[in-house]
Amino acid sequence: MTDPVILNPPLIDIKNLYAGYNHETVLEDINLTIQQDDFIGLIGPNGGGKTTLLKVMLGLIEPRQGTVQVMGEAPEKGRKHIGYVPQFAEYDSAFPISVRDVVRMGRLSRQRLFKPYTDEDDAIVSERLAWVDMLEHQDRALRELSGGQRQRVYVARALATDPKLLVLDEPTISVDLEARTHIYDLLFQINQQGVTIFLVTHDLNVVSSYVKTIGCMNRRLHYHGEKQVTDEMLRATYGCPVDLIAHGLPHRVLAQHEGEG
Amino acid sequence: MAELLSYGFMRNALMAGVLVSFACGVIGTLVVLKRMVFIAGGVAHTAYGGVGLAFYFGVNPILGAVAFSLAASFLMGYVQRQTRQRQDTLIGVMWAIGMAIGIIFADMTPGYKADLMSYLFGSILAVTRTDLWLMLGINVLVISLVALFYKELQATAFDESFARVRNLPVDLLYLVLVAMIGLAVVMLMRVVGLIMIIALLTVPAAIGALFLKHMHHIMWLATGLSLVFTTGGLLLSFFFNLTSGATIILISGVAYLGALLVHRYCRRCPE
Repeated sequence: MTDPVILNPPLIDIKNLYAGYNHETVLEDINLTIQQDDFIGLIGPNGGGKTTLLKVMLGLIEPRQGTVQVMGEAPEKGRKHIGYVPQFAEYDSAFPISVRDVVRMGRLSRQRLFKPYTDEDDAIVSERLAWVDMLEHQDRALRELSGGQRQRVYVARALATDPKLLVLDEPTISVDLEARTHIYDLLFQINQQGVTIFLVTHDLNVVSSYVKTIGCMNRRLHYHGEKQVTDEMLRATYGCPVDLIAHGLPHRVLAQHEGEG
Repeated sequence: MAELLSYGFMRNALMAGVLVSFACGVIGTLVVLKRMVFIAGGVAHTAYGGVGLAFYFGVNPILGAVAFSLAASFLMGYVQRQTRQRQDTLIGVMWAIGMAIGIIFADMTPGYKADLMSYLFGSILAVTRTDLWLMLGINVLVISLVALFYKELQATAFDESFARVRNLPVDLLYLVLVAMIGLAVVMLMRVVGLIMIIALLTVPAAIGALFLKHMHHIMWLATGLSLVFTTGGLLLSFFFNLTSGATIILISGVAYLGALLVHRYCRRCPE
């Protein structure tokens, strides 16, 4: 760890960011600072730019305008400190690979080219597998596992990179309710251990009991570093209250949390 | 059998079968896992343009095929990565243009052209010692590259975004892979012909991928299977006087259908 006397730069620092694909602008004037130890839940409608924002942070998409810094560096350099859990849809569900081999990918890096995995790597891989409760399944084929088990394997792979920030894109899509709770409990523990978490999700009602701060996003980001989700934020994000209910965000749940926040 | 081995052309043919099996097992597995079957097919057919061109200029057709298939690999690889839409259309068009170039140049070449057919349908019995050395060289190159970048190739095949975030040289690895496909195509061209290359390149690996979970195991099984397919096809074609390339492919095809059925009906296949 770095000397605590030196003021650490924020993990992520985004200023006046615009980004998009071809002729379409998906992100408009995004400003976001992610501080150490936070657990941010980002909600918003499909196509609202949540995944795009993640990809810009990871240096996978070039911004059109504005600046993005990861640990005070350009995303291409700083992203080695980010543990990334991509969206479920990005995988080939029949890909032949063992659970342990997936997690070992977390130990890869440019410095690792031409060098085999070490005993230390193996120890870290086993420890991360145990952390997500998948050590006993390490020799199984990934394609035999349930959706929830697979997600935990991807979390273990991201943890194997020794990340300062864990970034997850809809980790509970196609996962049943029980497994969902398991994953959120796990993220909660990981955050307690000092790993900052940035979680993109659509289920606010579950997430609101685990995260520390919530942001709403639809092209523009509404984030004030607080857990309060105001009606105003939601109206700006989802458009209208009818839309809200359609997206499974009953006001009742929100009202309770407004009180807590 | 001893009589069979007394023929020099038969020894060469069997040796060619052994050599292509390694390339098939190793490159075929990556092609199947990375879902590049269509590109591999495109590269194979485009190589015919190089054969026709070399024929016209009186150069060794293998050289033309190497040049064209490498160029096609890079071009199709580029299209695959850079354009967001209609990749399959673009690759399909290049595929056809490559073949058309080959045919036109063959038309313009005066004289006897039966040799050109052997590149389309394969002529394992006509493999020369020079061909064998070339195959050996390609094998050594391809297997060393895959051994060197094994874990990175596996990671990019499984999840390219994650590999990129880990700062692996994803684009360079992709370039290396398409180049290896181009070289494998030239090797296989002699054995089964350009038209049927995709089958021999993908079937053994596809069978392995159904039942195994470790990439290097799939590579070994695919190598063994292509050895069985090429040798078996060669012997059958010899005894029944059939076209060797087509016999090899039919055996592979039957084996693949069988493997699909086994996989479908045995619930708990050992992984």
